[in-house]
Amino acid sequence: MAVQHNDNAKFLVGIYDDDDVVLKAVKEVKNAGVRIHEVYSPFPIHGLDVALGHPRTRIGIAAFLFGLTGFLCMVALTVYTMGYDWPMIIGGKDPYSLPAYIPVMFEFTVLFTALGMVGTFLVSNGLGPTVKPLMFDLRSTDNKFVMAIDLNKNKLSETEIATVLRTSGAAEVNVKQF
Amino acid sequence: MHVTSSVRTPLVTGGKTYADVTEDICRQVEGKPTREWTIAFAISFIVLIYGTACVFWTWWEGLGVWGLNKTVGWAWDITNFVWWVGIGHAGTLISAILLLFRMKYRTSINRAAEAMTIFAVLCAASFILMHMGRPWLAYWALPLPNTFGSLWVNFNSPLVWDVFAISTYFTVSLVFWYMGLVPDLATIRDRATNKVSRYIYGTLSLGWNGGAKTWARYEYISLILAGISTPLVLSVHTIVSFDFATSVIPGWHTTIFPPYFVAGAIFSGFAMVQNLMLITRVVFKLEDYITFEHIESMNKIITLTGSIVGVAYITEFFIAWYSGVEYEGYAFLNRMTGPYWWAYWAMMTCNVISPQLFWSRRIRRSIVWTFVLSVVVNIGMWFERFVIIVTSLHRDYLPSSWAMFSPTIFDISDYIFSFGLFFTLFLLFAKFLPVINMFEVKAIIRSSSEKLPASVSGVAKGERVANPTFNKNAE
Repeated sequence: MAVQHNDNAKFLVGIYDDDDVVLKAVKEVKNAGVRIHEVYSPFPIHGLDVALGHPRTRIGIAAFLFGLTGFLCMVALTVYTMGYDWPMIIGGKDPYSLPAYIPVMFEFTVLFTALGMVGTFLVSNGLGPTVKPLMFDLRSTDNKFVMAIDLNKNKLSETEIATVLRTSGAAEVNVKQF
Repeated sequence: MHVTSSVRTPLVTGGKTYADVTEDICRQVEGKPTREWTIAFAISFIVLIYGTACVFWTWWEGLGVWGLNKTVGWAWDITNFVWWVGIGHAGTLISAILLLFRMKYRTSINRAAEAMTIFAVLCAASFILMHMGRPWLAYWALPLPNTFGSLWVNFNSPLVWDVFAISTYFTVSLVFWYMGLVPDLATIRDRATNKVSRYIYGTLSLGWNGGAKTWARYEYISLILAGISTPLVLSVHTIVSFDFATSVIPGWHTTIFPPYFVAGAIFSGFAMVQNLMLITRVVFKLEDYITFEHIESMNKIITLTGSIVGVAYITEFFIAWYSGVEYEGYAFLNRMTGPYWWAYWAMMTCNVISPQLFWSRRIRRSIVWTFVLSVVVNIGMWFERFVIIVTSLHRDYLPSSWAMFSPTIFDISDYIFSFGLFFTLFLLFAKFLPVINMFEVKAIIRSSSEKLPASVSGVAKGERVANPTFNKNAE
């Protein structure tokens, strides 16, 4: 996600005022043959990731695997402690009485799913307490919608792209170098 | 793009733009603390210090300073524990279950309600530590081999399930709440005008930049977190009720406990959310975001869950007679007519009768009525737990061991401690973090605003126009 620090990284930044406009603009800009780096918005816009052509996230698979791990950990813990290491007959039941352990198995499944999935999310998006975000425009966390275009990865010239952005409804077009 | 039926009542009034939302909600985070806040914080903090001293005295002297005796071994401690855990449930219900149901009114209240959950669970956990008497041995509740052999914790016991349930609930709620905060913390970071707050909010916001790919994944994990939090919250109070229901004490040994406890938890939690939000909306001037529509919707849930609780009380009573078990029958007659009759009738009045007043639209939309009835509901729910715990225990199978419980100053002070803790934490949250989820409110503006402004984006106000911070990064 994060842009690699590069002295040559030069971006053209289109600032939009409206979430509906930016969603339409993505299609127009793409049709004009411009490659979009990313669109930044203060809140999620449904359909934007599809319009940009981002693949569907596979984080759900990770979540499932973490949940399964948690479940199996608790199965192992209860089998080992209650069934093998120190078996006890409680209430006339078998030393290993599975139904009584379902609550703790469920809790561990949920705990591992939540922590593992959020951890995966942070890692896959490159988020962390010491991360300095590359902000194309600080207003993108307030009220503006920001489309960033990497000039080095586009064949069209800067002026041509700026025209495309303005036609698609951008209120401002700025140049941003990192 | 967004089509909303015209019969839907607006959830955001005043024709707010996106910039207005940011401005209105960041105002109290960025400004100096108000006088009201300072006074409220000072009071809470003094109460917390007094309460902490009393809790330490309880630990120093031992649980003998409480009014417990050999018949009544659980009283205010477990009453307070169940009460606080129950209050916590509303936060998860609002943020998780209402998200799954796509209820848009949750967006203005979920942040504060989740914060309330976390602080309420902390208060509940403090009573677990207190009632252990020797909190330095709390690790005995974890599945570690016993220091004196290889004996493990008993996984058949609901008390052990509770350790896992409460700690999982706390952790998952904290993660859910924090993930919800990250985009808003980034907003505050990008508005910050001094280095200290830019550093603090920059660290807390984990480098968030709001890219489309990040948002898509973010929405996905929010949905899954909501999906797993929903059965989690139901499991937590179910397991709390198992602490009682799996025992053989008349009045506790009932299969109705899990649904009855969960309904009661949501009931009392919504009442607490009402109390907190009614004050917050006035003090922080958020009347455009927490509207009468929100208050009314929450009151409807209070009436629904209050009615479930009422039906549960009556069912329990009927089954006590219908079971033909004389101990069970006596336990319930004793609740109604025994020495603690006043607690039972306080519970019945506050929990069964008072929420029915909300059938009147006028009362449902009245701030004063809502506030008063919410306090009444929480008093009633405290009495419910007191009735279940103390009146079931104080007259057991042998009349020779019957006893009464009366609280000492330490029972009361340790309860006061939890209020000090809760309000200190809530006030710190309200000052330093955005009390309303800005990005979720912005996302519903288009569909749920009273009237859309000409430009929905808006212009940032005041100082930021004259000296816009966004230029600092520009080349």
